[in-house]
Amino acid sequence: MPGRVARGLAPDVMRTLAARLPSGTIVVTGTNGKTTTTRLIAHILSVAGFSSVHNRAGANLAAGITAALLQRATLGGKIRGDVGIFEVDEATLPIVQPALQPRAIVLTNLFRDQLDRYGEIDIVAGRWETALSNAADVAIIFNADDPLVASVATRTMTRRVAFGIEDSSCSIGTLEHAADARHCYRCGVLYEYRAVYFGHMGVYRCPQCGTARPSPDVSAHEVEARGLEGSAFTLRTPHGSARVKTRLPGAYNLHNVLAAATCSLEMGVALPAIVQGIETFAPAFGRAERVQVNGHEAVLLLAKNPAGFNEVLRTVLRDSDQPTVLIAINDLTADGRDISWLWDVDFEMLAGRIRRAIITGIRAHDMDLRLKHAGVPDETRAVTTDLAQAFDLAIESTNGRRLYVLPTYTAMLQLRKILQRRGLVTGFWED
Amino acid sequence: MELRICHLYPDLLNLYGDRGNLIALTNRARWRGIAASVTECRLGDPLDGDAYDLYFIGGGEDRQQRLASNDLRARKGGILTQAAQAGAVVLAVCGGYQLLGHYYRPAEGDDLVGLGLLDLTTAHPGPSVRRLIGNIVISSTLLGGATVVGFENHGGRTRLGPGAAPLGNVIRGFGNNGEDHTEGGVSRNVYGTYLHGPLLPKNPLFTDHLITTALGRRHGQVTLQPLDDRIEAEAHASAVLRAAGHK
Repeated sequence: MPGRVARGLAPDVMRTLAARLPSGTIVVTGTNGKTTTTRLIAHILSVAGFSSVHNRAGANLAAGITAALLQRATLGGKIRGDVGIFEVDEATLPIVQPALQPRAIVLTNLFRDQLDRYGEIDIVAGRWETALSNAADVAIIFNADDPLVASVATRTMTRRVAFGIEDSSCSIGTLEHAADARHCYRCGVLYEYRAVYFGHMGVYRCPQCGTARPSPDVSAHEVEARGLEGSAFTLRTPHGSARVKTRLPGAYNLHNVLAAATCSLEMGVALPAIVQGIETFAPAFGRAERVQVNGHEAVLLLAKNPAGFNEVLRTVLRDSDQPTVLIAINDLTADGRDISWLWDVDFEMLAGRIRRAIITGIRAHDMDLRLKHAGVPDETRAVTTDLAQAFDLAIESTNGRRLYVLPTYTAMLQLRKILQRRGLVTGFWED
Repeated sequence: MELRICHLYPDLLNLYGDRGNLIALTNRARWRGIAASVTECRLGDPLDGDAYDLYFIGGGEDRQQRLASNDLRARKGGILTQAAQAGAVVLAVCGGYQLLGHYYRPAEGDDLVGLGLLDLTTAHPGPSVRRLIGNIVISSTLLGGATVVGFENHGGRTRLGPGAAPLGNVIRGFGNNGEDHTEGGVSRNVYGTYLHGPLLPKNPLFTDHLITTALGRRHGQVTLQPLDDRIEAEAHASAVLRAAGHK
């Protein structure tokens, strides 16, 4: 709220304060991975001795960014911090970019998320293109494995640095149903994929016009997936290579780590500091966060769209045989009010492979019906719309094993509040 | 007995969980011991007008809708029209629904000429006019006044001509144009609607109506065994409450 008031009083307060950051600002945008990537960049930069100003997770509209800047401003209008690192809502980029004049913009990915709020995926891509075409003197750090992001990035006139995964053993084979941008932006023909990592991420090429995935400047090789423990990989950069271990699980997090590494290189951080930063980084709240409950372990895995949900389901099934899962589906504004995306998730992979599914949230009954159609039998499923009750029931059902909690965004916040009241977790990222 | 479904433009027009409609159709047939198959027919593929009992077209974004529209008119329109005249069911949602009308007039650019399978037209009033987005409940004349629930998200405003009946009357939400309280368009065995969510899983009455009609073309009057629809009824009831603002 203070951000909104200040913006009303002095419309260019964001511009004025951001310009006083000696090492400039970095903007992270995209559908998935903004919070994790932003936090990881801030962490790596702190290892390298930078003091950063950043917005709180989810406070990624103009007001949230202004509030973050104001919080670190002195009465004399100076700002305490070297560099600003802001996650920016994908639809807000055109508004924020001219005010912040960032030195680097990180484009993580574009998924069909919360369509009821943003309109269509092409509209967002179009807005990015407009915003980037007006940006001078900025480095675009982009995900080469996302054809939509790459098509936007490669049409800009500014300097570009691409990151991507270079390990065909990460391929899940064929495109999932959840894949969004499967058609060549130029000619509408289906891309041919040499490797599919998840969703529409992979190594693609248009058979008609030859548009292909740009070769990444920073890449992950020899990837060793370790389920929920994270993964290890060889990070190759123009400044050398290193073997790195990350505690962030799943292929989607490899992209986040690569994005952060690429951005840190752009800021002049040396490779050893980047490796140290990646290896000492703990997951952001709700993103593979672990909670101890009366001797049981619960793992929170945010699941907010089809491709992300599929990746979370694969990670859970790799981590455990016959797991117990708690699925919490809300349809508030921050989740997307339209829950039809549940039908684009491949819940069929759970049939016969889970011990118990406890289903909760505002749209619990929709989720229950989805699992029924996916072939998860009636006796495996239990529904209660009360989140606290559902959590207790789920913990009881684990039989001493790990519980996997798969909530949408607001369900995760509600659940965390419940756990916080019980003293099991601390407040989330507000540093 | 087999329910043979053709999914038109599965990769272009597949917004908003459209796959759920095919899952509901095939599962509700199979749960009754009726075989069901889904064949995908894409851009550039030839269409067989005899091979299917039901044709499904989903929704897409503007760019994809234009690609599909060109292909539909150039390659598949005549065959689909003949199949519909011969009694095959056509179900189209959102963007697909608009393509079944006479035309879709976008905010910018040329009209997309539709197939004219439904007597209706659609116009997009421009980007400054709000999209019609939200949970929707209609009372379906076709199903004896039973409610049909879903989610709608469309910029285009559709107006029915005298040759098309609405699928239902809007109880909550916007429907065809947000003004005349109609939602969807029906002409014999051709059905179009803005409801996704997706449409069929939570509306088993409508799904069974479509299965019966589709099988009827080759098998005459078919009586479907009743199923245990308690989970469907719960999901339907909670969607009605949600549309009314309850949590």
